[in-house]
Amino acid sequence: MFELLGIPPQALFGQLLLGLINGSFYALLSLGLAVIFGMLNVINFAHGAIYMMGAFVAWFLLQFLGIGYWPALILAPLVVGAFGIVLEYTMLRHLYKLDHLYGLLLTFGLALVIEGVFRNAYGVSGQPYPIPAAMQGGWNLGFMFLPFYRGWVVLISLIVCFGTWLVIEKTRIGAYLRAAVENQHLVRAFGINVPLMMTLTYGFAVALAGFAGVLAAPIYQVNPLMGQQVIIVVFAIVVIGGLGSILGSIVTGLGIGVIEGLTKTFYPEASSTVVFLIMAIVLLLRPHGLFGRPRT
Amino acid sequence: MTLELGKKLALAALAVFILITPFIGLYPILMMKVLCFALFAVAFNLVLGYVGLLSFGHAAFFGMAAYFTAHIVKVWGFPTEIGILLGAGGAGILGFLFATLATRRSGIYFAMITLALAQMVYFYCLQAPFTHGEDGIQGVPRGRFLGIVDLSQDLNMYYFVVGVFALGFFIIYRTVHSPFGEVLKAIRENETRVVSLGYNVTRFKIAAFTISAAVTGLAGATKSIVFQSATLTDVHWFMSGEVVLMTLLGGMGTIAGPAVGAAIVVALQNYLSGFGAWITIITGTIFVICVLTFRRGIVGEINRLLRLREG
Amino acid sequence: MHLKTLTLSAAVLLTASAAQADISGDVIKIGVMNDQSGLYADLAGEGSVEAARMAVEDFGGTLNGMPIEILSADHQNKPDVGSNIVREWIDRDGVDVVVDVPTSSVALAVAEVTGDEDVAFLVNGAATTRLTNEDCKPTTVHYAYDTYALAIGTGRAMVQEGGDSWFFITADYAFGHSLEEDTSNVVKTEGGEVLGTIRHPLSSSDFSSYLLQAQSSGAKVIGLANAGSDTTNSIKQANEFGIVQGGQQLAALLMFLTDVDSLGLDTSAGLVLTTGFYWDLDDDTRAFAERFAERRGGQYPTMVHAGVYSSVMQWLKAVEEIGDDSGAASVAQMKAAGPIDDFFAKGGEIREDGRMVHDMYLVEVKSADESEGKWDYYNVLRTIPGDQAYQPLSESRCALVSN
Repeated sequence: MFELLGIPPQALFGQLLLGLINGSFYALLSLGLAVIFGMLNVINFAHGAIYMMGAFVAWFLLQFLGIGYWPALILAPLVVGAFGIVLEYTMLRHLYKLDHLYGLLLTFGLALVIEGVFRNAYGVSGQPYPIPAAMQGGWNLGFMFLPFYRGWVVLISLIVCFGTWLVIEKTRIGAYLRAAVENQHLVRAFGINVPLMMTLTYGFAVALAGFAGVLAAPIYQVNPLMGQQVIIVVFAIVVIGGLGSILGSIVTGLGIGVIEGLTKTFYPEASSTVVFLIMAIVLLLRPHGLFGRPRT
Repeated sequence: MTLELGKKLALAALAVFILITPFIGLYPILMMKVLCFALFAVAFNLVLGYVGLLSFGHAAFFGMAAYFTAHIVKVWGFPTEIGILLGAGGAGILGFLFATLATRRSGIYFAMITLALAQMVYFYCLQAPFTHGEDGIQGVPRGRFLGIVDLSQDLNMYYFVVGVFALGFFIIYRTVHSPFGEVLKAIRENETRVVSLGYNVTRFKIAAFTISAAVTGLAGATKSIVFQSATLTDVHWFMSGEVVLMTLLGGMGTIAGPAVGAAIVVALQNYLSGFGAWITIITGTIFVICVLTFRRGIVGEINRLLRLREG
Repeated sequence: MHLKTLTLSAAVLLTASAAQADISGDVIKIGVMNDQSGLYADLAGEGSVEAARMAVEDFGGTLNGMPIEILSADHQNKPDVGSNIVREWIDRDGVDVVVDVPTSSVALAVAEVTGDEDVAFLVNGAATTRLTNEDCKPTTVHYAYDTYALAIGTGRAMVQEGGDSWFFITADYAFGHSLEEDTSNVVKTEGGEVLGTIRHPLSSSDFSSYLLQAQSSGAKVIGLANAGSDTTNSIKQANEFGIVQGGQQLAALLMFLTDVDSLGLDTSAGLVLTTGFYWDLDDDTRAFAERFAERRGGQYPTMVHAGVYSSVMQWLKAVEEIGDDSGAASVAQMKAAGPIDDFFAKGGEIREDGRMVHDMYLVEVKSADESEGKWDYYNVLRTIPGDQAYQPLSESRCALVSN
């Protein structure tokens, strides 16, 4: 077969596929971030730490309660979501009327605290988490061997992402959320409990991060630095997609994953930086991101 | 005693304290670290506190200057003071470049662009041969100041650093207390009005940012001589976050506040260094408390209390 | 995991006095520094501190009437953290010798500080050959093993068995580069070729794309020039992606007993590796291992732990002999003292370049059936005599060696 710039197609497709898998995580995480920024005007730096908590909760469930992967997929996001609701209620809601800066700094501080607690308890090398038995093994696709589990990750991420997008864009409750973003007081005048909605929205977005954490546990090892490694990339993705645009973050997340995969094939050292290059370029040309709208 | 006299006495006492620390049993290397980070925070605050721009990439200037100076002094054999000045100059140029790109946007987007550019600097430092990646540049000679004073003696190095701090602090002080500084403060309060008065706001922002970057570079370059090394920690985004914390803790609206914040954070880190991730937890908690209830920072609160007392 | 350091805030000492030809202070202080919370925490970590304690106890607990104290710290695998801790140890606490320090970039930084301050540095954890070449110092002893020995051992063995094309997955810092370079040289000398290399950041968790590249290169052997959890993750994920089933071999160029334990024998059986120590070699090694395990809740010692014990013991003997604990003097005495004969190194010698030359062992990981219990993991294939395992002095780039 042909070779592209000296790289055989097997390598290329394999990297693209791996990139798609990474992109699924990016999409899930940036989706939550975009929802939080869009609805609550808060830049949630703690998102990475919450993702890490999701993975740890799954590990705890297995280690101490013998609860396996499949129930953990539901339980961990619930636990993490509840934690998020507590955070929102006690701390975040006091900051909505202030400059974005304060939300960023508060959540940055929270991220440090959460990470520090786990680091103290577990060090920084990972805890192993096994791939669920039903998912072991894989397909031989010819150009690479795709483990079943990784294929599952892509599938479920896409379902959850587009499901969320559907709910927000196409359902009534989504309409209330979007209306509350535009004009909070008017929506409240209609009798809708906006503060409650915002609390629940934060909880849901955080639960998404926890869900991503459970998905990540068998692949990336459960370790306290998981969030730190991924948070600024996810930020960049949300900015590229357009702060607050749901579709933007999903598409950009997947796209960046694929682009990183491509970069790993040709110039691997740059793969962790290419997203920032893209972000700088996008911000200079299209200030509100690819899919964003100017906000009043 | 009037407020002014009180403040002047406090400053004099502080200056005396700084000058005698090696003789009262405080570890000189720790004090030098405090001074370097204090200067870093004071320089950073020029942009945050006085222009109102949050830069999330200042570590790029701090660390890049450290690398430049380390290389210039170790590999090219330049004298220490020239190395430091060149490092600071390099940081200033980098700051100018960052500013010309970032000032096209404002608010959170400004911060994100500075972060993106800083990450690219990090990547460069990771890959460039002269930085030696994860190993960093080690074994940087202290050298001799003006060819005479042997800086490998910690005591001599200490007073040199005090001098550098005084110089950097003076530069920032003069920048703030000047017509230029007044325009900066006006930009922070009401940018549109400043534009309508006919000022080229972007140019002012770029100038302020460049000065901030250069003095930050001065701090980073000096640090690399004190510790005789430059590593990736100096350009990591976590360092950018730390300086924000120091500034917030000390007080964004004051010149000296960030220095106080830096002293506290460095002292805490040193005290807690044997206790694992407790530094991270406490740093995070301070952030949270500061944002929720303590936004004026330590020096800001002191100022407010003093003003209340004055009546 | 909890970290302990003897408090720095106790008696604050002013700057240490210049080196004098006697024992400084009236306490002998040994500083054991390593990674206590990260990817290298198991192979050294608290175990090394315990090994040092055992050596001090066996030595008698005092030297010429002075007590011996042990301090420990976590360098978090960062050169700046490591060198700052050592600097403070020397300036404020009067530490007389620094021991262990895995993570080669930290070891190189620490070697600079101990070299400047004339304090002995007994390296056990780190592997880079630069410590006895470009960056050698009269105060540094490279004790347990190095990348050259690993390359000669595992690299040569695998090429000779037919693995003549290699692809490297390398940790992107001093150690990884050193190991990759030394092994590449061996591969080429033996008539093999290196098809490619990919560098990954230290302490990575996802090796899928690197493994994919290794797979598509078609190399017969994938050389893992990394250590600790980087190695175990690479191996686990190689299994996940069917690399080994696909016919390629994995060469774990640096692997410790603790790594095999965390991987489990099912995953690691058949792996060939080079080590400087194995607890089940003879009665002396078994005796040490059992004592160590008792104090470590059943964990058996790695070559780093054993090396720490041995090097501390040798240093204490040297200081006692000459009554001087300063760096260059104590190390010179260690070099002059002649062959070492303990459970770690029978006939080991410390050369002018600081390299402690001793026999290495090529071992193969047992399968689960062969193993009779926890920690019974290796079959010793052959012994590599010291003078063949290490870089010949004639090739040394160390300034202390007159070449």
